Amino acid sequence: MKKAGKRVIPGFGLSMGVTLAILSCVVLIPLASLAVYSSQLGIKEFSEVVTRERVLSSFYVSFLTAAAATAVNAVMGVVIAWVLVRYDFPGKRIMDGMIELPFALPTAVAGIALTSLTSDTGFVGRFFARFGIRIAYTRIGITIALVFIGIPFVVRAVQPVLEKLDSSCEEAARALGAEPSVVFWKVIFPELKPALFTGAGLAFGRCLGEYGSVVFIAGNKPYYTEITPLIIMSELQEYDYASATAIALVMLAASFLILFLVNLVQAKNSQILQGGNG
Amino acid sequence: MQENRKSSTVTKWFLIGISVLFLAVMLLLPLITVITEALRSGWDVYIESVSDEYTIKALQLTIEATAISVIINTVFGLFAAWAITRFQFKGKKLLTTMIDIPVTVSPIIAGLIFILIFGRQSALYPYLQSMGIKVVFAVPGIVLATIFVTFPFVSRELIPVLEVQGTDEEEAAALMGAKGWTIFSKITFPHIKWAFVYGVVLCTARAMGEFGAVSVLSGHLRGKTNTLPLHIEILFNEFQYVPAFAVSSILVVLAIFILVVRSIVEYRGKKEDAENVC
Amino acid sequence: MRKRLVSSGLAAVLAAALAAGSLTGCGGGKGNDAATEAAKNASAADKVTITNVSYDPTRELYEQYNKVFAEHWKEQTGQDVEITQSHGGSGKQALEVANGLEADVVTLALEYDVKAVEDAGLIEPGWKEEFDKDSSPYTSTIVFLVRKGNPKNIKDWGDLVKDGIGVITPNPKTSGGARWNYLAAWAYADKLYSGDETKIKDFMKKLYENVLVLDSGARGATTSFVENGQGDVLLAWENEAYLSIKDAPDDYEIITPSISILAQPSVAVVDEVVDARGTRDVATGYLKYLYSDEAQKIAGDNFYRPSNEKILQEYSDTFDLNINLVTIDDFGGWDKAQETHFADGGVFDQIYEK
Repeated sequence: MKKAGKRVIPGFGLSMGVTLAILSCVVLIPLASLAVYSSQLGIKEFSEVVTRERVLSSFYVSFLTAAAATAVNAVMGVVIAWVLVRYDFPGKRIMDGMIELPFALPTAVAGIALTSLTSDTGFVGRFFARFGIRIAYTRIGITIALVFIGIPFVVRAVQPVLEKLDSSCEEAARALGAEPSVVFWKVIFPELKPALFTGAGLAFGRCLGEYGSVVFIAGNKPYYTEITPLIIMSELQEYDYASATAIALVMLAASFLILFLVNLVQAKNSQILQGGNG
Repeated sequence: MQENRKSSTVTKWFLIGISVLFLAVMLLLPLITVITEALRSGWDVYIESVSDEYTIKALQLTIEATAISVIINTVFGLFAAWAITRFQFKGKKLLTTMIDIPVTVSPIIAGLIFILIFGRQSALYPYLQSMGIKVVFAVPGIVLATIFVTFPFVSRELIPVLEVQGTDEEEAAALMGAKGWTIFSKITFPHIKWAFVYGVVLCTARAMGEFGAVSVLSGHLRGKTNTLPLHIEILFNEFQYVPAFAVSSILVVLAIFILVVRSIVEYRGKKEDAENVC
Repeated sequence: MRKRLVSSGLAAVLAAALAAGSLTGCGGGKGNDAATEAAKNASAADKVTITNVSYDPTRELYEQYNKVFAEHWKEQTGQDVEITQSHGGSGKQALEVANGLEADVVTLALEYDVKAVEDAGLIEPGWKEEFDKDSSPYTSTIVFLVRKGNPKNIKDWGDLVKDGIGVITPNPKTSGGARWNYLAAWAYADKLYSGDETKIKDFMKKLYENVLVLDSGARGATTSFVENGQGDVLLAWENEAYLSIKDAPDDYEIITPSISILAQPSVAVVDEVVDARGTRDVATGYLKYLYSDEAQKIAGDNFYRPSNEKILQEYSDTFDLNINLVTIDDFGGWDKAQETHFADGGVFDQIYEK
């Protein structure tokens, strides 16, 4: 049934052709240059470069903070999308309109603004400093910047799906007396999952590579708040293209892997979904 | 039933409360910081820095680069989403992952790859030079970088919605003999209208604010290759703290303008949709 | 089916090529502009444009100087000259010129960065001798910026390693200026321990343990210190420290340490570019005129130390001229300093190893 149906809809060749052509020009060929340049190093040198202690610890910092920020964003993203779609309250449209602002604000400006807010003399930082919690120039600060950078991805991925969601199942479940929390987890959440995974996956990837805002808030201390993109930047400053591209390639491979897994999960989910509908 | 209603109202306001709090701290406070810093030295300084000759030129370049990249990414997004959600083929997950990759690539790397391809040490450079084509440190490089960083935004908004939608309606239409364009405009597009608008808005916002990749490719030629975010960076680096924030506020205003327009279009459209259903 | 796939695929590629064409088309237009511009320049027309790629805090200096030079050049040759400025981190700017950013002249923060452009084949060797004073028309040094009244009583480098002192300096690996800071501190320790390397390294380790924030650039460090109130002392270029004082005279003061380093920003004509564009005369004239009395005074007004001794004396109220300054030659030149201290696995990396 599926097989027969797949070519019924026209436009496969055209859409595939355009997709691949633009994809190759803008993404694949440019990225291939990374591999070409890092191949100047032999395998031994390559592994030496990317396993230097300082590089490894920067991987750790980057992954840890990106993961923490993504966890926050996944939860808050769903909550915000839910609030925006399901509830009416004064100021809702303003709130809806604000979501993309982190994109429009240059990351460096965001970094400077967040640092001045969260440093121990800043508006927010002063409050936390009283409890001995420092935000700016620590890993918490990096995470805050990344939450700022990543939030639109999750909200805007979940929101359209939530809007399109057929409410009949939900109403049926409710009419049958199911608890609201049960309705959410059993009926609504499975439908949101693919979009949530996409949004969170993109947010994670974006956070992993973020540079502009983080350099201001991080303090950049080696082994503590030094992120991988900063290491790449310092290799470039030393005109060491081979090392810079080698480290970049490792990051690229990592984000590729994560996204690929997300897409696998998502594909599985949407199969279940479509099966359910049919 | 009564109790159920009450607890759901509590949930509602609880969720609204944390959403508002979260957005206020994460988004609103940094924005307020930008605005207050911009006005710290009074209106005169503000007007002066905003109407500076170089600021205007940077604004023009930003609009130009944003427009070109949004158009290309929108075309790409529509074709890619169609190919990916309407057909089964091998390597689909790989393709989806490839499309996502640019978001996760560190902006520094995004700039670097174009330098590696079109820059002076590239094998292509002499040819480009002899033809009088400048890519890096000129406007085309800035446009390329902007396309790259905003690459998946449109397609990524469309794919989840189309997946939830399923292909039954399109298949039925195709079997009844409808042409590709008719199917798309009459059946598919109405479903993805809002996701499409979200995608374009996300893409525009991000393109306007892109800093890292463009910064690597621009050369910072005053009045020639400076976009607004770069102009901000330069002002900041030149110890012009207040003007830097003043120029940032232009981006904020631009973003708010786009978001308001979107929200009006969306509101009217949804009202119409609702009326049509009735 | 297959045929249709292929043909529509082809159409798609064509469409993409068209799109790309329109992109490069607009690039081509710009390129052609540049080409005709070059032709005009070559025929010694009445107007010439040159690009000066410089580093961050020289904006005001060159804004003033460009006006003065334009007048001077017009007077001398009858030609109008327009100067396009580019500012950014010194190392990054050098990298961009090496990658094809068309600069007629570079005016960078240190010799090492100009040398990177030379290594890329754009500048011919021997540029350092092309202009007076090692091609450094103005110099600076590293000083301390402390909060008003100097509450922690910081007088010299030795005070920076004491417990409870918060130091702000950028990362020498990403900031050219921060390398001067590091070397100045090293020079102090070198003299204190008369060259005992273990002790010097210990000193440096303690110093960087006191560093609260290691920003990626000089401006970021100033923001941390000034706007965000971090730390007790900022290690800064003298001219930048004076700029901060000018903005907020009641909040900060400058402390000159007993020993520091002579920071020599370097200037050079980018041979490959000026030959291609036919702008060698005006580019050389541009850098040469930096040594004129008028230009030297502009440098002094912008808190750079003029290289002309006589004019430097006129600014003896501003600058502490008794400071003991070492030079980069005491470290065996930039190549050696870079390799020993800042390369991967160098002394700076060792300081941070656990």
